[in-house]
Amino acid sequence: MTTTPSFLEVKDVRKAYGAIKAVDGVSFSVGPGEIVGVIGPNGSGKTTLFNSILGQIKPTSGGVEFCGEDITGMSPLELARRGVGRTFQTLQVFTHLSVRDNLIAAAQEFKSTMPARLFAAPDAGLGHHADEMIEMFRLKHVAHLKAGTLSYGQQKLIDIAMAFMPAPRLVLLDEPCAGVNPSLVDQLRELLCELNRTQGGSFVVIEHNMDFIMKLCPHVICMVEGKVLAEGPPAEVQANRHVLEAYLGN
Amino acid sequence: MNAKTGKLALVVGIAAFAILPLFLKGYGVYLCALFCVYLMATLGLNLTVGYAGQMSLGQAAFFGIGAYHAAILLKLGWPFFLVLPIAAVACFLVGLLLGFPALRVQHHYLAFATLGFNILVFLIMRNEATITGGPLGISGIPRPSLFGISLDADLRYFWFTLFFTVVLAAILWWLLRSPWGRAFAALRDNPIRAESLGINITAYTLFAFAIGAACAGVAGVFYASLLQFIEPSSFQFSYSLMMLLAVIVGGSGRFFGPVLGTVIIVLLPEWLRFMQNWYLAVFGFAIVALMIFLPGGLLSLPERLGWKGASK
Amino acid sequence: MVDLIQLIVSGTATGAIYALAALGFTLLWQASGTINFAQGEFVMLPAFTMLICTTRGVPLWLAFLVACVVSAILLGIGFKRIVVDPLIRHGVIPLVIATLGLSIGLKQLVKASYAAEAQPFPSVFPAGQFPLFGTHVSYSDVGTLLIAGLIVISLQLFLKRTVTGRAMQACAQNMDAAKVLGINVKTMVLYVFIINAVLAAVASLLISPTYLAKFDMGDSIGQKAFFAAIIGGFNQTSGALLGGVLIGVLENLIGFYVSPAYKEGVALVLFMVVILFRPEGLLGKAEERKV
Repeated sequence: MTTTPSFLEVKDVRKAYGAIKAVDGVSFSVGPGEIVGVIGPNGSGKTTLFNSILGQIKPTSGGVEFCGEDITGMSPLELARRGVGRTFQTLQVFTHLSVRDNLIAAAQEFKSTMPARLFAAPDAGLGHHADEMIEMFRLKHVAHLKAGTLSYGQQKLIDIAMAFMPAPRLVLLDEPCAGVNPSLVDQLRELLCELNRTQGGSFVVIEHNMDFIMKLCPHVICMVEGKVLAEGPPAEVQANRHVLEAYLGN
Repeated sequence: MNAKTGKLALVVGIAAFAILPLFLKGYGVYLCALFCVYLMATLGLNLTVGYAGQMSLGQAAFFGIGAYHAAILLKLGWPFFLVLPIAAVACFLVGLLLGFPALRVQHHYLAFATLGFNILVFLIMRNEATITGGPLGISGIPRPSLFGISLDADLRYFWFTLFFTVVLAAILWWLLRSPWGRAFAALRDNPIRAESLGINITAYTLFAFAIGAACAGVAGVFYASLLQFIEPSSFQFSYSLMMLLAVIVGGSGRFFGPVLGTVIIVLLPEWLRFMQNWYLAVFGFAIVALMIFLPGGLLSLPERLGWKGASK
Repeated sequence: MVDLIQLIVSGTATGAIYALAALGFTLLWQASGTINFAQGEFVMLPAFTMLICTTRGVPLWLAFLVACVVSAILLGIGFKRIVVDPLIRHGVIPLVIATLGLSIGLKQLVKASYAAEAQPFPSVFPAGQFPLFGTHVSYSDVGTLLIAGLIVISLQLFLKRTVTGRAMQACAQNMDAAKVLGINVKTMVLYVFIINAVLAAVASLLISPTYLAKFDMGDSIGQKAFFAAIIGGFNQTSGALLGGVLIGVLENLIGFYVSPAYKEGVALVLFMVVILFRPEGLLGKAEERKV
């Protein structure tokens, strides 16, 4: 067994709604810089698990540790301060701000203190970093337009770029490919790989797009009916008989 | 309109307004100064309502706190330029104390807290006669002098007030262009995302509210010196409502929204005097109609029409 | 001691009236997200509808029925269709502003068209007092308490025990789930608006004899209704009753023993204390944070 210091530790999380066990004893760990994919059919408890990690739902039992600290039930604000970022299933950009301002807004709170930011330059010293990100996401031609006026695909790119602006240590991505056209899916995957390489953060990705997950994540967890059914390298999980059964039915 | 012509138009506009009272009689000059005073309070309120997206129904209470500070301290002979920051800081602190419990729980609660606060402040002004003069108020409030020049003359006092209104507006403009302004825009646009990006919504809204309150305090100081007489009824809840409506009618969250709104609030009673008792009834229902047909306020009208034209 | 009992009884009676207005306010917020700042005027208007009738010789009970019908149509259905429906999609603030505008409009309309002075209002209850625990209690206090209490309790039962009532509560708790369950959400919300208007009319009938019918009588009642609702706990209908009675009694006690001048400030102070120490309200249940 390798003893890499685990970074995110999900410990036997359970969440029951009355008699329904949405998450039924899930444990896994994520190491620094690791990309972990979570797959599973609809209703397998992926979203409930995700929300438990992000403090949106209080688990019935079990807990989540991040860098040795118990983060179960923490508010989004406290999580953000500890370097836990996230994206949402649906588009969540600041529609009335320009693309560039969206990116600066995403990172400015991590720079200096609140009173100091009052007297900081309007771009909070983040203009250059935002421009780099804009360049990387190929959004230069729309950088000064309001985010709300752009296409779905462009907004999705902004949405993802925002999550990475503060260079978080851990990012939870909730179905990043939902509603994205196939050509953009490839671009998205390349961007995520590059960000993982350059920023060195860990990712947990929930996704339905098998191809995307299999190519992006070296480690995949398959959940069925609130439990971890299989875990390991993508090829192994994909070949697992139980996984095939769960997806295709008996 | 590009930025340069915009700036030029602004300078010309302020200059034109500065010389306007030269052609007006006493009451006209007074109305111009009153407009400046209310504008300071509504510019601040716009920060709370328009930029931080919170309802405040107690701006007149802070306005009153500023005015009573001014009345009491100026009559004791304290210098105007000491009283001004004292009133601002007092309102800022009271704003923090009032806003913290309300905003911590539920952001809508600020509306109720400020509403009740306004009533309580009014009761204190009316009942604590030894300090506030009770229902009779305080009269004989002096006007300041500047570099040895007395500002007792109405025209001079107007220019003095106008100058500080422009200074206050410039400070708020600078605030909104700082990273704080971006945080305000972000939390109003999408609070859930904002929070996940580390934007402390409660802290920002609280400070927006307290800064708005401080602006009202400053306005109150100028008001006390303008009228040289204050009484509790000028700081009733209905005045808070009027200030709020000035922000909304003009266009909340637009920097110049309160300017238009305040013109309307100050001048409308003069124009509609012929309607007598019916004026406020018409005004009330007009607000309802405005919200239904133009919820973004009057300044959103060109955009609305332009957008309709573009979609054809 | 004698005074204390009288103060508590009459405070409870007034508080029960606040509770009626608070109850409608709560239901409206739950079912449609409407924060109605014209709630006080919804109590004021029926008083004048009844006055218009009684001054023309109509008996009070009939005038009350007329007021209920007028309120249900104008302040229930009309309010929903004309003001709330077009505005609700713009978010909370435009709707709040519209209700503030409506509050000014209704108040000033009555002032300009009827009277600026307070009008005497006939009481449903006989004048006089009867002995109770060695002191005297007025018929109108006890009557008010009985009627208001009866209405609050029957509304509770309606919401908890009947199919329609439960459907209404389901809408208030989770609009989407209610839709999935096949509940006609639109009709339920409309019922809530009508119930609110009628509750306000009852409050009007009970409060006007003591506080007189005046165009701005709603200012104070509306404000007490908001605070009663929050103090008691927004997601509990019984909270409104507790909040209302608490405010009514404390106002009376502080008005008598401390200073009548600060009676109107009691509700605010109580509200601040409650949100500091028990943010969900005295009877409210803490809700899990929504995603």
